[in-house]
Amino acid sequence: MVAAAIPQFRPGGQPAHHLSEELLLAYATGGLSEAVALVAAAHLTLCPSCRAELARAQAIGGALVEATPPVAMQAGALDRLLARLDQPAPPAEERLTAGSRDRDIPGPLRAYLPADAENLPWRKVIAGLYEYKLDLPGHQGMASLLRIIPGKAMPQHTHRGHEMTLVLRGDFDDKTGHYGAGDLALTDDTVDHQPVAGAHADCIALAVTDAPLKLTGTFGRLLNPFIRF
Amino acid sequence: MDPTSPDTTRDLFADLVAAIAAGRDRAAFVKLFEHFAPRVKSYLMRLGCQAAEADELAQESLLAVWQKAATFDRRQSAVSTWLFTIARNKRIDAIRRARRPELDPEDPALVPATPEQADQILQAAQSARQLHTAIAGLPEDQRELLVLAFFQEKSHSDIAVATGLPLGTVKSRIRLAMQRLRAVIEER
Repeated sequence: MVAAAIPQFRPGGQPAHHLSEELLLAYATGGLSEAVALVAAAHLTLCPSCRAELARAQAIGGALVEATPPVAMQAGALDRLLARLDQPAPPAEERLTAGSRDRDIPGPLRAYLPADAENLPWRKVIAGLYEYKLDLPGHQGMASLLRIIPGKAMPQHTHRGHEMTLVLRGDFDDKTGHYGAGDLALTDDTVDHQPVAGAHADCIALAVTDAPLKLTGTFGRLLNPFIRF
Repeated sequence: MDPTSPDTTRDLFADLVAAIAAGRDRAAFVKLFEHFAPRVKSYLMRLGCQAAEADELAQESLLAVWQKAATFDRRQSAVSTWLFTIARNKRIDAIRRARRPELDPEDPALVPATPEQADQILQAAQSARQLHTAIAGLPEDQRELLVLAFFQEKSHSDIAVATGLPLGTVKSRIRLAMQRLRAVIEER
């Protein structure tokens, strides 16, 4: 059982915590892993100012392609291609809709969810903290939706690599700041933190790490072998 | 450069795409192919594709231009920018079978841009030619690092290792280059 109803709205306003320049550039060039690209695409859906940055990065990428010294195509490439022009185009890419119809969950993420957030098979991690693991074959770290009941503190933890946490509903605080819907918290192994969910609603967040979490609090150490983030 | 001068390069390429959309214009396609295919191939080779694969993916990218010409919006993107993202996607799809999470402009969850932000996006789209000039005018050390970051998909720390430069220098040069180019976009 999940303790509190999930509010079906995302409070207005735009995110205050954004993709780093490096991540944005890597998204633009296609250099991110599937899991990290998922977080980036989901944040971009919720963040017009990062979309403006992306448009700039893509324009620069286009200009760099334009400026690159051309490499001659193989002999006959144009003729082979011209011969294919009259073949019917493949059907437009199907949008992956999966099972979630939540209109506030970014489309790139909905594609990974079998049901609405309310009906996901949440697994209890500890009292007040629930997890739904995304199916991301080959991903080394954690890639999950986390759901934290109001006022609940996550186990204190640090990371061996990087952690990206995108708030989808509700909000949380940790010593690095306040994070509401659309905000992206980026932490690395220098940050030992303990996010606490806001008092008024469940906090649902997409959390992706490139290495397993390392729990640091007393409670955390005790739980570590069981959590298997 | 006179910012009021007509952006003829962009217009020409966008006109060619429009001719394909309107009348399946093969001559227009040949012109686009001749200009862009060798550049897209070069870009893909810099990203690490072998020559034959880069050739194949460049052909697929141009085929996508033919097939999707009707969806191209010249106000939202320069043809070079469009091809940059098409080639990016073709390459991701070729190297991994995994899904490719992607921003969808039609997503019902999309948080709308303010008019000012929408303006910034249009400015970026319409600055292709000025950017081309500005990139040519960047100091060599900045341009090199920008190309590494864009074309070799190296993280800033990888670039630091590859070039022997301190990480701080790599970060600050890339930031300087990006700031200069951003200023070009914003001055439009």
